[in-house]
Amino acid sequence: MQKEIIIAGFGGQGVLFGGQVLAYAAMDNGLNVTWIPSYGPEMRGGTANCTVVIADREIGSPLVKNPPLAVALNLPSFDKYEEMLAPGGTLVVNQSMVDRAPKRNDIHVIFVPCNEIAEEIGDRRLLNMTAVGALLTALPEIKLEDLEKALENHLPEKHKKLLPKNFEALKRGFVHAQKEWDKVPA
Amino acid sequence: MPKELWKGNEAIAEAAVRAGLEAYFGYPITPQTEILEYLSRRMPELGRAFVQAESELGAINMVYGAACTGARVMSSSSSPGVSLMMEGLSYIAGTEIPAVLVNVMRGGPGLGNIAPAQSDYNQAVRGGGHGDYPRIVLAPASVQEAIDLMALSFDLAEKYRMIAMMILDGSVGQMMEPAEMPAMREIRRRDYEWAVNGAMNRERRILTSIYLNPLDEEKTNLRLAERWNEVKTNEVRYKEYFLDDAKYVVVGFGTAGRVALSAVREARAHGVKVGLLRPITVSPFPYEALNQLTGQVEAFLVVEMNAGQMLDDVQLAVRGRVPVEFYGRPGGVVPFHDEILDEIRRLVSGPLAVSSNPRDSWLTRMYRNLKIAVP
Repeated sequence: MQKEIIIAGFGGQGVLFGGQVLAYAAMDNGLNVTWIPSYGPEMRGGTANCTVVIADREIGSPLVKNPPLAVALNLPSFDKYEEMLAPGGTLVVNQSMVDRAPKRNDIHVIFVPCNEIAEEIGDRRLLNMTAVGALLTALPEIKLEDLEKALENHLPEKHKKLLPKNFEALKRGFVHAQKEWDKVPA
Repeated sequence: MPKELWKGNEAIAEAAVRAGLEAYFGYPITPQTEILEYLSRRMPELGRAFVQAESELGAINMVYGAACTGARVMSSSSSPGVSLMMEGLSYIAGTEIPAVLVNVMRGGPGLGNIAPAQSDYNQAVRGGGHGDYPRIVLAPASVQEAIDLMALSFDLAEKYRMIAMMILDGSVGQMMEPAEMPAMREIRRRDYEWAVNGAMNRERRILTSIYLNPLDEEKTNLRLAERWNEVKTNEVRYKEYFLDDAKYVVVGFGTAGRVALSAVREARAHGVKVGLLRPITVSPFPYEALNQLTGQVEAFLVVEMNAGQMLDDVQLAVRGRVPVEFYGRPGGVVPFHDEILDEIRRLVSGPLAVSSNPRDSWLTRMYRNLKIAVP
């Protein structure tokens, strides 16, 4: 088993941390995982992305050109990764930040109003968690509870008070995506 | 000890601490700054020395001085910073004292960029500084390997009174992977017979790299060469993948090696008998392992994130008996595995000539692949 995931968006949308939560959950499940950020000048203000590879064997390349799974938190990322996604792959798109329909019909595109869901929960910064929760519909190797445990085990003590809202964001994203999944043409 | 998710640079820093690092001297530069940043917090916490020097020149000469006392010391930098340290490295080599240096390589030449590269292979392996001196060079491909090789670097440097350098590209430094840290080793300051650590009640010792009499300098050079023979005999390390029945072998170190692993696996899935040899010590280089393989394989493919540097060493080992082909992405570009897969397919479909220059044909393919005009 090997799955590659790219999470992309603006700097400040929690792209890197979203990937880390997946990486922690994979590690705690006994899987191999790599997390690699786009580092450098683009981190400051521009677009950011990270690639997470999860596998049950030694991981070769930590980077991937055509991932089967991706999360696009803004329009530039939607444009870029819709094109790059492997056929049959799943792209979670932050509906709050895009104004167009998908162009491809050989991939699953799941729209999630990440900003609105996060604001309903009461913290706009949770938008990354709603998207990561949504991604799990296409990543059966990791369960919602695994992500919750990962946050609980690896979040610094001073941030633990934020856990309930993070759990809620993950779950709302997941539930929304499951409903969307039934609507998308395979 | 349970696995934790470690970022490469921070893992290297903690591994050095646990190996008994007594003093660190450095100067910040991307993409290795997290090593310095981490140690600036961690070393004082343990009552150990951390100095951010005024420059890389300052840092390496502080390493030189501290190493003369027999303490476990190191520095780290990235390509342009390591270039600045070359004079100091040569002095350390000439004085025959152990020192450890980590180079988290980035795109060059010149100021270049901060993206991952392997273009300092020649500088690290062939010497870089002036004079005729050997050095041990280790090339980790993962966070765990970087941790393991960090401790080994100190042990080897001290065993052979030699520079041990770890070269990794920026992506290993920036990547997070689950890894297991070794237990904390106690600091054991050895009273080496050469260390200048206070001459109370004993003969005074002199550490120097000056031998004004050429015959003395020649003897020193011969001693270094003899010691290198010992290193070559004992310390070659590499990892093999699918080599048993391989007709084609990819050779790559560090990140290029692990990207090649993905390509090799996919080619295997299509029935191609291809394997991978990933050197872990690039100096001493696994010449003999490649020599042995030459009897069994039809062609080699060298993959690097540079314009063909380790390629020379593979050609030295193969000695023209079978074709050695090359694929590289220089300047801070990390290849995707499908590029290497295409190269494996090219090898298999042939024909390949032993006499052709692999760098020239690679250059032609690069201009074609990148769709840019040959200048």
